[in-house]
Amino acid sequence: MSHRSFIWICLLPLVAVTAAFFLLPMARLVLLGAQGPHGLAGYLAILFEPRYRATLINTMVLASVTTAATLAIATVSGIFLQRHRFPGRAVLVAMLTFPLAFPGVVIGFLIILLAGRQGLIGGISSHLIGEKLVFAYSIQGLFLGYLYFSIPRVILTIMAAAQKLDPGLEEAARSLGAGPWAVQRDVVLPALGPAFVASGAIAFATAMGAFGTAFTLATNIDVLPMLIYTEFTLAANFSTAAALSVGLGLISWAMLALARSLSGGTVAATG
Amino acid sequence: MRDRLIFTAQLLFTLLVAAFLVVPVVLSISAGVTVNYFRGISSGVTLQWVFQVFDLYADTILLSFLIAFATLAVTLLVGVPAAYALHVRGGLLSRIVEEIITLPLAIPGLAIALALLISYGGFGGFRRSWLFILVGHVVFTMPFMVRSVMAVFSTIDIKTLDEGAASLGAPPWRRFLDIIVPNAMPGILAGALMVVTLSLGEFNLTWMLHTPLTKTLPVGLADSYASMRLEVASAYTLIFFIMIVPLLVAMQFFADRGQKA
Repeated sequence: MSHRSFIWICLLPLVAVTAAFFLLPMARLVLLGAQGPHGLAGYLAILFEPRYRATLINTMVLASVTTAATLAIATVSGIFLQRHRFPGRAVLVAMLTFPLAFPGVVIGFLIILLAGRQGLIGGISSHLIGEKLVFAYSIQGLFLGYLYFSIPRVILTIMAAAQKLDPGLEEAARSLGAGPWAVQRDVVLPALGPAFVASGAIAFATAMGAFGTAFTLATNIDVLPMLIYTEFTLAANFSTAAALSVGLGLISWAMLALARSLSGGTVAATG
Repeated sequence: MRDRLIFTAQLLFTLLVAAFLVVPVVLSISAGVTVNYFRGISSGVTLQWVFQVFDLYADTILLSFLIAFATLAVTLLVGVPAAYALHVRGGLLSRIVEEIITLPLAIPGLAIALALLISYGGFGGFRRSWLFILVGHVVFTMPFMVRSVMAVFSTIDIKTLDEGAASLGAPPWRRFLDIIVPNAMPGILAGALMVVTLSLGEFNLTWMLHTPLTKTLPVGLADSYASMRLEVASAYTLIFFIMIVPLLVAMQFFADRGQKA
């Protein structure tokens, strides 16, 4: 057997598996999206049908707010942890990164423990202000869940980027008379730009497409993955579900392709 | 003085973020071993909920392990040779194949699950068996195995090793088994840990692909969150943590070693 044919034999199983269980099904999904009562226009429904458009806007607003909040939080903590060495730092880093592999369902449950009917926040608030705060089963709860999901990922990226910053640049800025805020604003934050785009895109794509957390918190939260799920299972509206999920897939693929072209690494949206 | 103040403020903020991530986990673990969560830990500590979970959901735990290791077997058998082929062959075709197998990372699991359902949902026997879930997990985890192994190939001079063995007369499959696989071991191990961890926790695809007779652990978790008392759901989550944390620690260990090497 020649080396060349051996290489082909090595590659063949992967090509077969991918074609049969990914490419072919995805192609059928794309076709099915155009086989509804409105044909190809089914794909436009996501933009022009008021109910779907409202859900799309809702989901995008939620994803944007999650991304902005995650970036802000992770930047403060990430730069801090990269700059300072103090006892217990390693433990703190471990605490901030270990939820990396929690599935979305589990995170949903953790949010219920935090802000649900028997949750910690409700317990504390009823002691303090006499009113039980319960918001786990709403879009605020989902926001908290996506925050939980994204913080570990984004902190890791920001820490890695902050490590590569040249401290000489900051010293130069300081010696030229810049105050600590000016140094952060004009030197540190611009240098972290690519890391912001890369990790922000991951957070955004995750918050767009994550299904487990929303599913655990409530089935009536108005976000795109839940809409697809109810269209498919409850309304048996297969072509709409297909069109919507192709649209969702395109959005998150585009976000992650952007992230990858800017960071050069592998990124994944799961949950 | 001012530096001290900024340091303290940042530390407090970071501690707060850490608390946000850690406190719910602690709540969950304590709820899983508390007699009555509503009355608090003073009601006593018990393992009754953990045993109840085993009674109710033991089959989901077994099925999750079965699927995780079957996924691992498939990704090893299919992914490792493919990673070798893609690395050695190079060129545009390899780039395209790599891009395509990486797509499942970017597309939400829900969409992939729908695609599988409409394509193969009609094959009743296949649809009802756990193999249907296995297929989803293989598609989703394959890129992690392939890329992890390819990352190792890019750091060692696999061509020289391969050609050296070839000049000694070893046939391609012998070279693959005796030279390529041992050299790729760090990548294979890292990929394997990733595949098992992801498969054990996979929900988005699995929820759509499962049947009442093929429930995995995360599917059972969602089920218990919706219908069981908080203590049972917490005990179930606790079992999941106990399964997943050693894998995470091992992954971190390999990552650290990889950075130092």
